[in-house]
Amino acid sequence: MSSGALELSAVAAAAAIRDGSLSAGELFDAYRERAGADRAAGEQGLNCFTWVADERPAQAPAGGPLAGLPLAVKDLFCTEGVPSQSGSRILEGYLPPYTATAVARLLDAGASLLAKTNQDEFAMGSSNENSGYGPVRNPWDRARVPGGSSGGSAAAVAAGLAPWALGTDTGGSIRQPAALCGIVGLKPTYGAVSRYGMIAFASSLDQAGPLTRDVADAALAFAQMVGRDACDATSLEFPHAITAPSAERLDGVRIGVPDELTGDGIEAGVRACFEAALARAEELGAQVQTVRLAHAPHALSAYYVLAPAEASSNLARFDGVRYGLRAEAQELLEMYTSTRHDGFGAEVRRRIMLGTYALSSGYYDAYYGRAQRVRTKVAGDFREAFAEVDFILTPTAPTVAFALGEKTGDPLAMYLNDYCTVPMSLAGIPAISIPCGLSAGLPVGLQIAGPAFSENRLLDAAHAFEHALEFDGSGARV
Amino acid sequence: MTPVISNDEVLHVARLARLALREDEIEPMARELSAVLEHIARIGELDLDDVEPTSHVVEVTGALRADEPRPSLPRDVVLSQAPAVSDGGFLVPSPQA
Repeated sequence: MSSGALELSAVAAAAAIRDGSLSAGELFDAYRERAGADRAAGEQGLNCFTWVADERPAQAPAGGPLAGLPLAVKDLFCTEGVPSQSGSRILEGYLPPYTATAVARLLDAGASLLAKTNQDEFAMGSSNENSGYGPVRNPWDRARVPGGSSGGSAAAVAAGLAPWALGTDTGGSIRQPAALCGIVGLKPTYGAVSRYGMIAFASSLDQAGPLTRDVADAALAFAQMVGRDACDATSLEFPHAITAPSAERLDGVRIGVPDELTGDGIEAGVRACFEAALARAEELGAQVQTVRLAHAPHALSAYYVLAPAEASSNLARFDGVRYGLRAEAQELLEMYTSTRHDGFGAEVRRRIMLGTYALSSGYYDAYYGRAQRVRTKVAGDFREAFAEVDFILTPTAPTVAFALGEKTGDPLAMYLNDYCTVPMSLAGIPAISIPCGLSAGLPVGLQIAGPAFSENRLLDAAHAFEHALEFDGSGARV
Repeated sequence: MTPVISNDEVLHVARLARLALREDEIEPMARELSAVLEHIARIGELDLDDVEPTSHVVEVTGALRADEPRPSLPRDVVLSQAPAVSDGGFLVPSPQA
């Protein structure tokens, strides 16, 4: 196998396997070697992985749309018999008895499980520094964070340690790390992909999606993941088939730019790349106009009530009884409280406290009730905006990748990373981040959001941008 | 500035959450939660009186399925991940020491 095979996109590699010019087994071994080396290096490497396959799958599935392509999967997806720890020490060594639907569908379509990827603990974080298994490093600059919470997935794809990866997005956890690592990340419409077997963070917001080298790869993975699943009552039948994106132009496309998400707080280098992308959109035939998302500045506040509230309930199951860590104790209540203290990291404890407080007697209406109403307003703003425009564009993150340790002492500063991505999460609408340039040598992400179930159009528009912007991701390759 | 949440409230919430806190973790928790809650309190400025709450963006009603019995996971598979088992069940410390 030529070393060039590792440079192929997933779409191109699948085609090469199908026409016989590339061996699926050899490709798997080559990636396994790379991923295994990073795993062996631990925190001296990028620390992308929490588990790497030690051999080829017994029956390499070269058939199916995914032709045996290796797949990296975020740790929080349950994979039968393979450690699934959601980045937490409380689940160290946990071997689930079943596989998450999103993963099972990709495996059924011919993907091979290559590795599980490092992440912020229970997907709570924007820098991957909250992992119980050590921080992930950004392949563009190892002194910087890869973003989070799907930081291991993003860094692995950017560095070429995996052809593509699966992540999850609750308030930006696919899009923000994709932006900081210079790759593509798609957060689908809420309900498009089953959540069954995803270790839950905030159930009304969590959604699985792909992190890929290009837009066509995102469409290929997404096409195999979508659809109703009887095991997730909130999953929906996608209203149409997912098609391969092909657009090169944006003629007649109406693009909305909200002042609320593109003004103060966006650093100058990010703003310059964003404005260049808007100029390119007009050259491609799009009409760019201002839209109003009046409540978007309050989305972050609402999110940091709703998501911790749901988390405080979802994480109640980690009590030392059925799986994972148990602290030594003489008495039951002490066993619960000590297990949870010892097993959860600082940020997870903080969010459980925040969520429990917001749901507690006397504060429910002031926090949780109000946040749910803000959510209604945020979603309504999008509905009105999409009556005027086809897509809404913002920078994906307010800054480029920041230094490891820079924001760990200030939770609020860390939360502000999600400022541009959280509104779409509250509204349940799809959004994609694609790389749109470099600022001081670090990638900048362009976020494109559309109405619910507009993924085909969204991927097409992203494809047109991708081809016009010609981003060069080679600076991150290991 | 007076923190939004006091040390006593932190201890109360930690009890509700079944979360032990060390003595030296209480005050930092109060400070960090207060900073976040102060930011969140800005939603108190909005007029939301006539706004319906949204708990879920997907409007699925009556997501029913056929009530057909299916086998559960085998008992030994489920118990295999438990920290302690006894007589085919999960073993836990006594509620009363």
